[in-house]
Amino acid sequence: MRHRKGFNHLGRTNTHRKAMLSNMASSLILQKRITTTTAKAKALRSYIEPLITKSKNDTTHSRRVVFSYLRNKYALSELFREISPKVIQRPGGYTRILKTGNRLGDNAEMCIIELVDYNENMLDDKPAKGKSTRRRRGSGKKKTGEASAATAVAAGTEDATPAETAEEKEAGEENAETEVQEESKGEAKTSEEKPETEVKEEPEAEKKATEGKAEAKEKEEKKEGDKAADKEEDKKE
Amino acid sequence: MAHPKRKTSKTRRDKRRTHYKATPATLSTCSNCGAAVKYHRVCPECGHYRGKLAVDKDVSA
Ligand SMILES: [Zn+2]
Repeated sequence: MRHRKGFNHLGRTNTHRKAMLSNMASSLILQKRITTTTAKAKALRSYIEPLITKSKNDTTHSRRVVFSYLRNKYALSELFREISPKVIQRPGGYTRILKTGNRLGDNAEMCIIELVDYNENMLDDKPAKGKSTRRRRGSGKKKTGEASAATAVAAGTEDATPAETAEEKEAGEENAETEVQEESKGEAKTSEEKPETEVKEEPEAEKKATEGKAEAKEKEEKKEGDKAADKEEDKKE
Repeated sequence: MAHPKRKTSKTRRDKRRTHYKATPATLSTCSNCGAAVKYHRVCPECGHYRGKLAVDKDVSA
């Protein structure tokens, strides 16, 4: 039974473990990379990542909270001054664990734990990856703001004219299909004029169509298309 | 409580242990230097991991 074995005690008492993790966290902040056993590294990871997240909000309170864990003023200032601006874009996952084989003597599995943003060799096109969410559902904060307007319009039409919907649904869907085709052409050409015209067409379609979901899909597709166009423009520049 | 009546003889013990066998480690080759590497480990020869220099051997000893 593994009941009530929530985390690895690392063969230490509570105070011993906390003191060790505190020291290791300070060392990792100051050195950016430390070699340790895999078990300790995994425990340290769950100890330090909340602290780094906390450091993104630089207030006296958060500094005091983090200090209560670190107990090292040099590590504290390093974390808030140097590390937190560097990881501000990263949504968690600030550390990397690289397994390096077993230690001579006790055959313990060793690893290197490091701050991801301080290993220049392993960095690549990750910032671009981080921006584009790979989730299919539960759209992020960016999209909800823009999509809410469309849904609101659609909802308003629903309330006002529930009877007319059936006929206009079909019309709206047809419009949607044609628009999609236009989009595909526009993406191929990557012209700047196309998206603007499409935006103008959108409000009419919104008034007609009752289903906000279909509209939202269209919008998302358009956004993606626009993003792709923007990226290509960036590349040209 | 039940107890063993006889001490297990060396023969019986060793015969039981004939089935204890070590399994060979599953290895792959480093994409950078071609050395044999355990999976999910940094290459012990050149310090590369997943095609990138993860651990610079000259800097971090
Ligand atoms: Zn190698």
